[in-house]
Amino acid sequence: MNEWIALLLSVVYVIGIMGFVSVIALIAVWLERKVSAHIQDRLGPMETGGWHGWSQTIADAIKLLLKEDIIPDAADKPLFKMAPYIVFAGTMASFAVLPLSANLIGTDLNIGIYYLVAVSSLIVVGLLMAGWASNNKWALYGAMRAAAQMVSYEIPVMLSLLVPIMIAQSMSMQTLVSIQAGGFWNWTVFSHLPFAFIAFVIYYWASLAEVNRTPFDLPEGESEIVAGYSVEYSGMRFAMFFLAEFANMFVVSAVAVTVFLGGWHAPFTFLEVPVETNPILHAVIGLGWFASKSMLLVISQMWLRWTLPRLRVDQLMHVCWKVFLPFSFANILLVSLWIALK
Amino acid sequence: MSEKQELNLSIGPAPEKIQKALQDYEYAHGEPMKVQMGPQHPATHGVLRVELETDGEMILTGTPHIGYLHRCFEKVCENMTWVQVVPYTDRLDYVSSMNNNLAYVLGCEKLFEIEVSERVQTIRVLVSELNRLTNHMLAIGAYGLDIGAWTPFLFLIQEREHVLDLFEELCGGRLLYNYIWIGGLSHDIPDGWLGKVRDYLSYMKGKIEELNTLLSFNKIFIERLANVAVIPADVCIQYGLTGPNLRGAGVKWDLRKDEPYSGYETYDFEIPVGTGEFGTVGDCFDRYIVRVREMEQSLRIIEQATERLEKMPGDDVKANIPKRLTKVNKGEVYFRTEHPKGELGFYIVSNGKGKPYRLKCRAPSFCSLSVMSKIAPGLLIADMVALIGSIDIVLGEVDR
Repeated sequence: MNEWIALLLSVVYVIGIMGFVSVIALIAVWLERKVSAHIQDRLGPMETGGWHGWSQTIADAIKLLLKEDIIPDAADKPLFKMAPYIVFAGTMASFAVLPLSANLIGTDLNIGIYYLVAVSSLIVVGLLMAGWASNNKWALYGAMRAAAQMVSYEIPVMLSLLVPIMIAQSMSMQTLVSIQAGGFWNWTVFSHLPFAFIAFVIYYWASLAEVNRTPFDLPEGESEIVAGYSVEYSGMRFAMFFLAEFANMFVVSAVAVTVFLGGWHAPFTFLEVPVETNPILHAVIGLGWFASKSMLLVISQMWLRWTLPRLRVDQLMHVCWKVFLPFSFANILLVSLWIALK
Repeated sequence: MSEKQELNLSIGPAPEKIQKALQDYEYAHGEPMKVQMGPQHPATHGVLRVELETDGEMILTGTPHIGYLHRCFEKVCENMTWVQVVPYTDRLDYVSSMNNNLAYVLGCEKLFEIEVSERVQTIRVLVSELNRLTNHMLAIGAYGLDIGAWTPFLFLIQEREHVLDLFEELCGGRLLYNYIWIGGLSHDIPDGWLGKVRDYLSYMKGKIEELNTLLSFNKIFIERLANVAVIPADVCIQYGLTGPNLRGAGVKWDLRKDEPYSGYETYDFEIPVGTGEFGTVGDCFDRYIVRVREMEQSLRIIEQATERLEKMPGDDVKANIPKRLTKVNKGEVYFRTEHPKGELGFYIVSNGKGKPYRLKCRAPSFCSLSVMSKIAPGLLIADMVALIGSIDIVLGEVDR
């Protein structure tokens, strides 16, 4: 009987997470519109969609759902149809181990962060499939660029994540968060200055490349290769890519928050409700802190996107292999020395 | 340039050396990938199609194919009266129509021996420099877009809008003006218009600085442009590149100084040239920064022209417009002006009747585009985008 209840609970959690991701993605799309507009001296959607166009994105989502689903004749149909779901699945799977709040976590695996990085790699497969199956040269360029970029940048991402792992002596997400309790000076990024801070900076930039955001948005660079791997997609299939991209932005920011910026802990302890007083309120406020910190990082990604130009392929690889990688290695070495000597 | 130098103007098959390289390549790797860039590609600035042969991201050959916007400009002109040609020149390079008007009208005035007053000349200089400003704003903004920076484009479009508002007040048109007429202007400047130009000048003062901090001296932007798609001075001259493209290669050639017209010799301004600030002379960055500096010089000329007009007593700008142009001087004339994109020349043949017997337009964009097949081999696709943007072509003028 208990197994059935556990199963029911996980189904509820999965549905809840789906809802959470959709809401986050809708908010992120709306934010992107507003952030870009205000950076460019505009207001963005104001006339339609109520207060500051908040419901515009919902209308867009409905429009995309209702659009005709076009599959090119020359496309490899099974692959073409499957690709968006694989990308989406890769993104969704990582939510299983994200500690949204004190007790709000799908499963606290003892290799949580390792699992997260592993399932995120699934996205590359989806993008490659999309580019190849479209049977379009520009899409193929986009896919090749995406594969080269994301596979390369996974290495600095993993290496910079090793630093907090070494500090926490654990790969479990909740352990990574719990060592950062008690004020912002205990957050990993500040508690092990400067190494953890360097690791955070490397992680932040490499994660930008992971999610294909400017200045690393080569796979979809609209002025060079039109729209990259998604050039032949329309309607709901395109929306899946779009949703996955925005959800993925949230995921990488959430990981940064979890391992570097205190997770669901507040910057000051008096802003939290102790577990003893009210465990439910404790969890809700924790979720609020987690979501707002992650959204702040998402906004900073948008800010960069609307400010910077795009790098070239060779420069992108240069930054990865000749700048981030050596710094990450040196960083790991110094942190391990610190921990060994302490 | 010595006269002995060979002129290689073909845009047809690739040079022998590259053909050899292609054969070697095919032998080693099989066929290179053929990609059609355009005619509906966001970075080709219109309906240009470039046929690329690529090895991965590297370009082996790039051949431009034109003609998607061909409108028989020269033939149509033979069937129109002298006056009717003026609005048709607007459509050549539709982002700097004033300058198109000016080149054709000055050619006609030279042929028909019509003198215009100093005030008319000053207004002509003022509007064509304002138009140069808008042209460069669009070129630079769209270039930022090509490199991946969205925001400068919208900033520059906004500042361009103010000039278009000024033009709208002046002659009713925002893009196609038909303002400069043979022997005069279509309208006199309205009351208070010069004050608005002055307001605009003071508004623009800090804006170029803003552009420089946002885009020009951005580290990524410089990295993308420096040492990319270098067009050396001798190649520029061989292929007939003029204007900012030639000056970007370090050649100080500006018809406003070297063959002054409309009283340009009386204005105090400088000719910016490319110096290879961050790379080689004649790279994309040089061509870009020359445009930015030309904007500053245009602002100087506009300021001087406004000052003069404020002091000048008003006169009838239509006083010298000929009543009819049915019997005109016979003969032929070539007149060239410094268009924002380069040397715009009109070769006009008249047989004394009411219509041009033959009219040939020397379009700067067309000549600039011809260099592409020479420069393209060895570039990456991203560099190709940078090259197309940096030579600033408008397909309305390439295809005519």
